[in-house]
Amino acid sequence: MSKEKTWKEASPAGVCWKSSVTYLTGDWKTFRPERDTTKCTKCLTCTIFCPDGAIRWKSEKGDIEFDLSFCKGCGICANECPAKAIVMRI
Amino acid sequence: MQRLKAVVKQEVQGLNGDEAVALAVKQCDVDVIAAYPITPQTIIVEKLSEYVANGEVDTEYICTESEHSAMAACLAASATGARVFTATASAGLALMHEMLFVTSGCRAPVVMAIANRALSAPLNIHGDHSDAMAERDSSWIQIYCENAQEVYDSIIQGFRIAEHLDVQLPVAVGLDGFTLSHTLENVMTLPDEVVNTFVGTRQFPVVLTHEGKTVPYKLDPASPMTMGPVALPNYYFEFKRQQEEAMKDALKVIPEIHDEYAQVSGRRYGSGLLEPYALEDAEVAIVCLGSTAGTVKTVVDELRAQGTKVGLLRIRTYRPFPAETLVKALVNVKAVAVLERSMSFGGGGGAVFHEIRNALYDEKTHPFIVDYIHGLGGRDTNPAQIKGVYEDLKKIVNAKHVEDLVRFLGIRE
Repeated sequence: MSKEKTWKEASPAGVCWKSSVTYLTGDWKTFRPERDTTKCTKCLTCTIFCPDGAIRWKSEKGDIEFDLSFCKGCGICANECPAKAIVMRI
Repeated sequence: MQRLKAVVKQEVQGLNGDEAVALAVKQCDVDVIAAYPITPQTIIVEKLSEYVANGEVDTEYICTESEHSAMAACLAASATGARVFTATASAGLALMHEMLFVTSGCRAPVVMAIANRALSAPLNIHGDHSDAMAERDSSWIQIYCENAQEVYDSIIQGFRIAEHLDVQLPVAVGLDGFTLSHTLENVMTLPDEVVNTFVGTRQFPVVLTHEGKTVPYKLDPASPMTMGPVALPNYYFEFKRQQEEAMKDALKVIPEIHDEYAQVSGRRYGSGLLEPYALEDAEVAIVCLGSTAGTVKTVVDELRAQGTKVGLLRIRTYRPFPAETLVKALVNVKAVAVLERSMSFGGGGGAVFHEIRNALYDEKTHPFIVDYIHGLGGRDTNPAQIKGVYEDLKKIVNAKHVEDLVRFLGIRE
């Protein structure tokens, strides 16, 4: 975490001075998704439904990846998974 | 008002306060107007839509379905870099309440005319300051005018104040409902090109964006930025602190722009913050806002002619509150009566009274001070009542004691 700016340093009116890529928002979740790779069919339904874009297809791995720095633990992926391959755990 | 030597040739026009607002806006090269009509502001939007319909101005006029939407549209237009104006009153201003904070928080230099009117219930369309006073903490600069001439002058100054790089806050110019909004006066008007030169083009502060660019603070697809984002407990406070600093800076900027305008127009209203009238050697004084000052000045002239040392201090700029200069102006007076057209129910008087009394607290000696709530819902305040207030102040000086701290002027007991 970078040092927080003083009121004199911050851009006026809250204009964002850093990209959302570097502003990690996934650190307050209660639940995290856990995937059973034996059940997962890689249909990518979860990547479409994730409201935060925190599940991405990694072509080099030929598999999906959860980015827990941005995952809020909402559980939509687990709910939508047709193969019931995702469960939410504390 | 003090008249200096006229610098440019001016045209005298018969205008009511609302028409004076509309003419000033027309001359200020406003890009967008978003408004909803409400008595006693209606003439402002009628005139402005006429100008637009006749092609007399290069302005986009947005008819919104409510005042909340009007202010939302103003903020959005201002965010694109446009110069924006709106006008409202009473319930309309109350409906804008939420968006007023968003506009000032986004540092959008919108200028708004408020034809000050009472709030319901009971329903009342006439003048008092309850509407604007209820929004005093919304981080809008507030100017209260004495007459239609000052309304015209203040709207023009308003754009310069709001858009000043040290300020970047919205400005509300108040004109008392009906007393100013609907009363025809002789108004000295500047040529279009003079106003245009005075207001100039909108200035933008530079901001650091998420792309690491330093760009003017306005929406531009070439340099995207996020305006009005969420700010959690770790940052929200810092942005509010910035707004307070802008208000402090406005205390310097408002008199500077007022002086610059005086050079062009030949008209001054005290310092632009406060207007003292016969105050220098005054033993007792009235402090008031808005059109009441006109009546008080007449009474001051009459009493002065009889050798009584009475004076007036008119608060022109109420936000930011010019506490320091106000103390200097009042500290040697023996007794002060605050006349205000709004009420803080259950608060022991009105807000203006509280703030003046608070400002005087640190002085070794200070005047006796008493609050007169007056003119609510358009109740007339006449010279006889003002004379009565000065009589009361003399009694207070003699008794060295204030009996009733909060009084009601012109009420049936």
